[in-house]
Amino acid sequence: MLKKIKHYIKSLILYELLVGLSLTGRYFFSRKITIQYPEERTPQSPRFRGLLALRRYPNGEERCIACKLCEAVCPALAITIESEQREDNTRRTTQYDIDLTKCIFCGFCEESCPVDAIVTTRIFEYHGEKKEDLIYTKEMLLKVGDTNEKQIALDRAEEEKYR
Amino acid sequence: MEELLSEWIPLLAKPIWTIIKIMAIVFPLMIAVAYLTYFERKVIGFMQGRIGPNRVGYFGLLQPIADGIKLMFKEIIHPTKSDNFLFLLAPILTIAPAFAAWAVIPFDVGLVLADINAGLLYVLAMTSVAVYGVIIAGWASNSKYAFLGGLRSAAQIVSYEIAMGFSLVGVLMCANSLNLGEIVMGQVGGLSQWYLWPLFPLFIIFFISAVAETNRAPFDVAEGESEIVGGFHVEYSGMAFAIFFLAEYANMILVSMLTALLFLGGWLSPVNFIPDGTPWLLLKVALLLFLFLWFRATFPRYRYDQIMRLGWKIFIPITIIWIVFVGFMMQTPYQDMFH
Repeated sequence: MLKKIKHYIKSLILYELLVGLSLTGRYFFSRKITIQYPEERTPQSPRFRGLLALRRYPNGEERCIACKLCEAVCPALAITIESEQREDNTRRTTQYDIDLTKCIFCGFCEESCPVDAIVTTRIFEYHGEKKEDLIYTKEMLLKVGDTNEKQIALDRAEEEKYR
Repeated sequence: MEELLSEWIPLLAKPIWTIIKIMAIVFPLMIAVAYLTYFERKVIGFMQGRIGPNRVGYFGLLQPIADGIKLMFKEIIHPTKSDNFLFLLAPILTIAPAFAAWAVIPFDVGLVLADINAGLLYVLAMTSVAVYGVIIAGWASNSKYAFLGGLRSAAQIVSYEIAMGFSLVGVLMCANSLNLGEIVMGQVGGLSQWYLWPLFPLFIIFFISAVAETNRAPFDVAEGESEIVGGFHVEYSGMAFAIFFLAEYANMILVSMLTALLFLGGWLSPVNFIPDGTPWLLLKVALLLFLFLWFRATFPRYRYDQIMRLGWKIFIPITIIWIVFVGFMMQTPYQDMFH
């Protein structure tokens, strides 16, 4: 009975509502956590899986040996590889296309690669104005690798001890 | 020719002067509405730990203008099976009363467009007409969501209008007048003389009913984005939608103004050593509007049957009891408290 009366009085003086209001009222003066994107950025992990890139050895030779493991493991069927024997009898790719409209950035290709050729980078701000712009060819992927080799190598070194 | 002019100028002078006065009310009101939307986004953002709009102009101050321009250039889509005439009439019917009600709102002693003796009744009538806009919008869209929104709005507003009307009866008993200016002048004498104190429960109920009347959170079931995808204005786009939006915010300012005039002493200063004046009124309105936004940031939407229960089984009994109590107290030696 007393409990019931207490409940009535509590709801009549809008107790719960005032508690709620005081909570939002406190948050009104709290520190704002918005990150203003183009000027401010959140920290990225070295394991960040962004745009894909093909790497080269320091002597300029491309790493990819056309084993096609990445093509086989790709769950989205985004990778297309054609290969041929080069004059020095090593096998190299003639075509290495990644359809970024299909790619789901799972990173399986990177994990499967025996020579660390295909890697994910920290780049996430790229765009295409046509659908065709997002089908990256071997040259484009190698170029991404070349321009970002420093960061890629740093991230690989960082992750080396956990692999 | 000159004779004609000299004959017509005195005749025309009065309507023109009235139109100028109307402009002097409507333009600041439109700007206030625009910046209320900005203010709302900022306040709600702040309460959610965000910073709100800050890109267009300094501190995002041009955001409402950018929004307005965007809406103006958008197409007004007519649903195939909608009633074209009613479809366009509805937004007009919501915004016209929201502005028309301002005719009797006094801003200071004598500073009022139309000083009629039943001003409060006029305001009530005008705010009631605005409901028809919502109902017609729901009907004319020929969409089930809009229809449900219209129905909900109709039932809700009928319920809360009664509680609102009863809480006004208390004010009328204290003030002995229906003229808004006289009601304010009945509260002369500082903070302690405001009707807020003797009519405290009525003040709370009036304000909550006002939130419900304007279809604001937590009583926004007529819109109910998560249930009926926008309610009565589902089918509206472009400027037609913008007008509904304007009307909602103009109504918010209107009911805040009414609350300030009826319960918080209007333009009267709460302390004796600071003179009265319109800035006090604007300050009170701004505080009440902040409460509106605060509520929206805090409370989840009421369930429909809870809204009905609150309106019929709680607010109406409490208002009636308090009116009887006030009437009783007026016959006792304590009547000065209720002047």
